Amino acid sequence: MKGRVLVVDDDTALAEMLGIVLRGEGFEPSFVADGDKALAAFREAKPDLVLLDLMLPGRDGIEVCRLIRAESGVPIVMLTAKSDTVDVVVGLESGADDYIVKPFKPKELVARIRARLRRSEEPAPEQLAIGDLVIDVAGHSVKRDGQSIALTPLEFDLLVALARKPWQVFTREVLLEQVWGYRHAADTRLVNVHVQRLRSKVERDPERPEIVVTVRGVGYKAGPS
Amino acid sequence: MSRDSSSPAPGEPGARPGRTVRPPSPPRRGPRFGALVDSGLMLQGGVQGSSPLLRLFTRWVRRPLLPMMRLWRRNIQLKVVVTTLLMSLGVVLLLGFVVMSSVSNGLLKAKVNAAQSQADGGFRAAQEQANTAHQPTGQGGDAADGPTAQNAAVWLSELAEQLASGGQNAFYVVTLSSSASDSGSVRGPRASGGVDPIQSVPVDLRDRVDGGSLAYQSNTRIDFIDHRESQPGLVIGKQLSDLNGDSYQLYYLFPLTQEEESMNLVRGTLATAGLFVVVLLGAIAWLVVRQVVTPVRMAAGIAERLSAGRLQERMKVTGEDDIARLGEAFNKMASNLQLKIQQLEELSRMQRRFVSDVSHELRTPLTTVRMAADVIHEARVDFDPVTARSAELLADQLDRFESLLADLLEISRFDAGAAALEAEPIDLREVVRRVVGGAEPLAERKGTHIRVVGDQQPVVAEADARRVERVLRNLVVNAVEHGDGKDVVVRLAAAGGAVAVAVRDYGVGLKPGEATRVFSRFWRADPARARTTGGTGLGLSIALEDARLHGGWLQAWGEPGGGSQFRLTLPRTADEPLRGSPIPLEPDDSRRHRGLGGAGLPLAGGTKRATVPHQAPPDRVPPPVPAKAPIAPRLARAAALDVDPTALPGSGARVVPRQAWEESGAERAPGEGSESGADVENGSYGEADSPTGAVAAAEAVESMRADADADSAAPLSTDAAADSDTPNSTDASADSDVRTGADAGAGREEEASRGR
Repeated sequence: MKGRVLVVDDDTALAEMLGIVLRGEGFEPSFVADGDKALAAFREAKPDLVLLDLMLPGRDGIEVCRLIRAESGVPIVMLTAKSDTVDVVVGLESGADDYIVKPFKPKELVARIRARLRRSEEPAPEQLAIGDLVIDVAGHSVKRDGQSIALTPLEFDLLVALARKPWQVFTREVLLEQVWGYRHAADTRLVNVHVQRLRSKVERDPERPEIVVTVRGVGYKAGPS
Repeated sequence: MSRDSSSPAPGEPGARPGRTVRPPSPPRRGPRFGALVDSGLMLQGGVQGSSPLLRLFTRWVRRPLLPMMRLWRRNIQLKVVVTTLLMSLGVVLLLGFVVMSSVSNGLLKAKVNAAQSQADGGFRAAQEQANTAHQPTGQGGDAADGPTAQNAAVWLSELAEQLASGGQNAFYVVTLSSSASDSGSVRGPRASGGVDPIQSVPVDLRDRVDGGSLAYQSNTRIDFIDHRESQPGLVIGKQLSDLNGDSYQLYYLFPLTQEEESMNLVRGTLATAGLFVVVLLGAIAWLVVRQVVTPVRMAAGIAERLSAGRLQERMKVTGEDDIARLGEAFNKMASNLQLKIQQLEELSRMQRRFVSDVSHELRTPLTTVRMAADVIHEARVDFDPVTARSAELLADQLDRFESLLADLLEISRFDAGAAALEAEPIDLREVVRRVVGGAEPLAERKGTHIRVVGDQQPVVAEADARRVERVLRNLVVNAVEHGDGKDVVVRLAAAGGAVAVAVRDYGVGLKPGEATRVFSRFWRADPARARTTGGTGLGLSIALEDARLHGGWLQAWGEPGGGSQFRLTLPRTADEPLRGSPIPLEPDDSRRHRGLGGAGLPLAGGTKRATVPHQAPPDRVPPPVPAKAPIAPRLARAAALDVDPTALPGSGARVVPRQAWEESGAERAPGEGSESGADVENGSYGEADSPTGAVAAAEAVESMRADADADSAAPLSTDAAADSDTPNSTDASADSDVRTGADAGAGREEEASRGR
């Protein structure tokens, strides 16, 4: 599977190394080193995935992430040197789908990229209901009372995973594996942040969620439909 | 308090001040009453019972005064005002006394002088009359004695009237018979102006007048026969002779009513003035003291707030006096403090920032290197053997470098106080399952089987799953690495407000004192054999910090050759303080609990302890304890070094040694059956953790290690054993030394590096 990957990183050595690894795995990397030029490069390259360094000259990674997310649902994987919760959560809240902490192994990076790209494979036609929402899996749309709700691919996957098994309580680890494609549970903060983001889009009142319900001490489940 | 008050009087030596001593009823007054009765009995019995009675009395008197005394001690304003009041009262009283005496002297002197001259004149007149009347009667005196006596009586009455008539009630005259002469009825007392002659003249004055020929005076109260109010007065009397030459007493009584009224007026005025002065002085003292005390109190309050962290607090300063100087100095101190603290905070922030920046700056090139190394590593099959091996080493050491960097950053984050707890209810069974799953590959390589016990019920606690997982992964991996291929048991339990996970291995175990040192940074059991296992040396330090962040404990127990147990205890809810752990720190299958000596010997009963070359019994499961060196039997007494679980605020790193007398006593009982029974009870929840001397005092560690080295060369001698058998030998280090010697003999050979 060919995939265009836009690498936004100011460290030329790392960018070059990323290029070597990505080309070795069969991806088509393109590069931009400046936050200010990132958006233009994104529009030009139309990548299937963005690898985004958080610390950039010009606009920082968070800002770039927000800008890209504003016009596209393309998967964004952040590269960060800081594993502090605050940094990670800020990055995720700005719209990144996943993050990977430096230093990472090439295999790990490639696995995550593949996991993010895999979902673009053709799904079977399927209609799901969760709460008062209707999900058309193949059409990639979520509707409430005929009104469609815009979700990023990752948020959509999360919602679908919950809606497919409304009787099951998903632990964060299970969700990580199903939605993000991680074999070993890495970081449940990902799940927390994305559930919050999903709720802010699909819930009538995000303070009292009815569609994605928290099960204390265990994880999340779909609300009754 | 009740303990004191119910304590028996001396002379009741056996009675302890306990509940049984007290009379059962009445409930409240009972003890004190009982003690009173007791001491009373003591008194009657002739024993020295007065001191408890006295003590009791003073205590009884002092008790209601205590709050006042406390107020007195704490309130300087009250102290100053009361002192001022007392002292000014004294001064005013003294002044009043002086003024009063001088005024009364002045007033009375004139009166007394006037009275004396009046009385002198009267006495002379009376004597003259008597003399003149004496001449005529003197001739016919022989003829009629009766009429003369009659005449004398009449004469006296007339004399009194006559003398008094000149005074217009300014004085009264009283005649009394001289007590020395026979007192006929005719010589009855006479008085002018309705004065009661007997009552008004003091007896001692009469005696004095009787005895001398001079005029005497005295103060008195003048009483009247006709129910008039008695008056203060001055009485002057003299012995005279009447017309018959018989002596009689003539008294002049001068009422002092006016003078007394003046005195009263003066006294009243003085008292009022004095009272005013005292009260005013008190008020002034109060105001003055308030002026001083208010800023002091303000300073105290602000100092408290400063110490509570509100550094912007300052005193209000007005004027330039001493108080203002105090305020200025105080404020200067506060701002300096604030500055310093801000500097330190800034420094800490910079430090954190620096660490963060370094981390970023280091990690980016490290990522490049890492990726490059991986690419080279992948391609190593095409290289010649030397380059291929180099590529392998490069990749391996990069892994190590990475984990070291990560651990260092984590530790620096804890040091900077930047670590934040993200607690939410998690089921520890899930975490354990993941950790055990993750450790399986390593366990398989080592031939170890990891068993999980106690995972039937959910073990839920508010915790940070990421950190708990990190702690447990560390413990489990350590246990597998140091477990000598024997089973590793992960035990879960929840009880009370706490949950616990204990990881037990049966490997080389820990030497005494190591249980606290394993948590030290970069600590390795045997420096000579370091770096055999791949850990960074920071794992347990980070784990300990993680446990602390949860408000939990991470403690270690171990015995040389008997394996070790690491126990993580977490509070069920994040803000709940821990009081105990559901799992005893020392496992039930420790040597001690199995009733074995330190080297796997069954404890010998009685005092017969000898140096016996010994092989461990082979049927002991789990794993037989190897004993390669001849060793002395382990002495139970040596385990008297105990650890108080409540003295472990956050971790096993602050283990406080304590002499556990009861326990040691129980253990000295011969026979292993009773002993293990007692210990099983200890193991139940309620936190009667009794780690053996293996978890010894950190302070004693150095000496113990030294002794262990010395003793390990030769088998322990019998006298050392006998020495430690004496229950009175309270010297902990001596006991531990003996034990360490035995341990070293047993476990030294198997001791491998434990670089946790």
